[in-house]
Amino acid sequence: MTHFFSISRFYAMFLKEFIQAKRDRITFAMILGLPIIQLILFGYAINNDPHSLPTALVYTSNDPYTRAIVTALEVSDYYEFSHVGVSASEANDLMQKGEVSFIVTIPSDIATRIQRKDKPTLLVAADATDPAASSGAVSALKNLANEALARVNGEERAIALQRAQRLQIIVHRRYNPEGISQYNTVPGLLGVIMQITMVLMTALSLTRERERGTMENLLAMPANSAEIMLGKVTPYLCLGAVQMTIILGAGQLLFDVPFVGSLWLILFSTLIYVFSLVLLGYFFSTIAKSQMQAMQLMVLSLLPSILLSGFMFPFRGMPHWAQYIGECLPITHFIRIIRGVMLKGADLSQVGNELAILFVFVFVFSLMALSRSKRTLD
Amino acid sequence: MKSELVIDVRDLTKRFGNKTVVNQVAMQVRRGEIVGFLGPNGSGKTTSIRMMCGLLTANSGEGTVLGLDLMRDQLKIKREVGYMTQKFSFYDDLTIEENLAFVARLYKLKPLHTYVDKTLESLGLTSRRKQLAGSLSGGWKQRLALAACTMHKPKLLLLDEPTAGVDPKARREFWDEIHVLAAEGMTVLVSTHYMDEAERCHRISYIAYGNMLAQGTVEEVVASSGLHTLLVKGEDTDKVAHTLADHPDIDQVAPFGSTLHVVGPNEDKLKSAVDEICADYDLTVELGETTLEDVFIKFMSDSKDNMQ
Repeated sequence: MTHFFSISRFYAMFLKEFIQAKRDRITFAMILGLPIIQLILFGYAINNDPHSLPTALVYTSNDPYTRAIVTALEVSDYYEFSHVGVSASEANDLMQKGEVSFIVTIPSDIATRIQRKDKPTLLVAADATDPAASSGAVSALKNLANEALARVNGEERAIALQRAQRLQIIVHRRYNPEGISQYNTVPGLLGVIMQITMVLMTALSLTRERERGTMENLLAMPANSAEIMLGKVTPYLCLGAVQMTIILGAGQLLFDVPFVGSLWLILFSTLIYVFSLVLLGYFFSTIAKSQMQAMQLMVLSLLPSILLSGFMFPFRGMPHWAQYIGECLPITHFIRIIRGVMLKGADLSQVGNELAILFVFVFVFSLMALSRSKRTLD
Repeated sequence: MKSELVIDVRDLTKRFGNKTVVNQVAMQVRRGEIVGFLGPNGSGKTTSIRMMCGLLTANSGEGTVLGLDLMRDQLKIKREVGYMTQKFSFYDDLTIEENLAFVARLYKLKPLHTYVDKTLESLGLTSRRKQLAGSLSGGWKQRLALAACTMHKPKLLLLDEPTAGVDPKARREFWDEIHVLAAEGMTVLVSTHYMDEAERCHRISYIAYGNMLAQGTVEEVVASSGLHTLLVKGEDTDKVAHTLADHPDIDQVAPFGSTLHVVGPNEDKLKSAVDEICADYDLTVELGETTLEDVFIKFMSDSKDNMQ
């Protein structure tokens, strides 16, 4: 009868697996931690109809109509007027940098037009690189402005609605007038794919040496931590360059993603971004005890990178705490740079800050990795 | 002759957690010597060797390796010694040549190709240089590892059980190579389990459970043990083996074919005990020579096991 299913043999196997799973603390923590993290991120941080999007308001006149519209827009939760009363060129600069998603321009003749019972116009420029972020806010605009105007004149609501027919809102979807989502996805995807491959490859680098038993020999030879670290991560910079060529090439050929800005700026930013990723991966490999643990750390870092970086969901639409976490991820800054340069033609002066932050990541990650690397087996 | 000491360490102690793995070990090795490092599994051999090549930091202790301070000059020590790990730890997925070139570059050996080519030639692997190291047999891997860790001409070579799992012929050749290196002036410290290998060393050190128990030439160690051996031969050896082993004056009874190796600390008491037990059987008793193995077994049963 021993050839049939034996409960005691099954139990032996079950018990062994259970004990092994229990001993692997990091895996155990991941099993408990991942669902909680996912729940919080998906449940609270992510919003497909984002509110409180940063907006620049351009107006020159100070008549009651203008003031009424400004107040009405300010109290609506779709917009958050982060830059009020800026000039048109300042506003454009802010949008190119990605600091505002909308520019609302109230023409200086709005008061005269309303009094003349002409059609008043309101200009709204939306950063359409992320179509999802802009659509809700644009559609809400008309009602908001109309209600504001209605209150100014003290008219009844019915009349206000009549007037609504007359208020003309001219929406200008910048950078991506057709609202093609690939324009937004492809550059972001470059960031995500690199995050997956670069962090994974380097996260395995030291754990592989450890698991194959070659670490002892490597440490016995006269190589110091910095030499080992840089020697291990730099080959992946070349790999990153190949990946970038493939993704950007495919983006052009298959999806016609526009390429407005400087190629050199893209290449340079990507290089710094990849450098920060390989160092992050290397840092993981100094913590992980096995390749399995290294993979799990990679997954753990990937999740917020996809959800909180602005890749999948509008960054400005997330609650502040989620934005703070997002700011701590290299991919958030890379996505801002690449979207800015590729789609909006931003130049070095406009993405310089973000690029500087990527340098900080390179610096911080290498210090973290070096502080964890040992020259002995202690 | 102090300057001729290549290894001169005292009170070397290493703890992992609250477990003392090496306890106040002292060791002195002179230039050009081959010293065997013996002891049971888990006795602290590997840990001691790792401390001496800068791979582990001792919790306490002092001394010099190649005239360099053991506690402060770990990096310099690494550059000067050659260390061969217990398990093959070069890269299976690199070719023989690539492995050698990697090591040569780490030690900044120039001109690189001269070093690599010479090493390949002395190994007799020139024609197989493009072969992956992982596809080599155990014996060849071990020869490759030895060649790789002596390529930078270290003054001190530390070998951690280099011949584990290697066939007798390869072992013999390996030891011939060690003696050639020693004759050229290299000092060698080699840990091993094999008694015949211990006998090929100039001197031996015996460590058990972190404590150094004996040091000296093989003859000195055997003599200092104070053990005496009788050989009991005949058909009925298996009938007396148990009674002999239980006798208080007898330490060890080990069968070698039809011969019993009977070992005890007191020659007279040993002789009378054996004669008494063997009297009723058809057995001959003669004086034997105490071997290193007998001495080590005594050490092992005497020393307290703190590895539990």
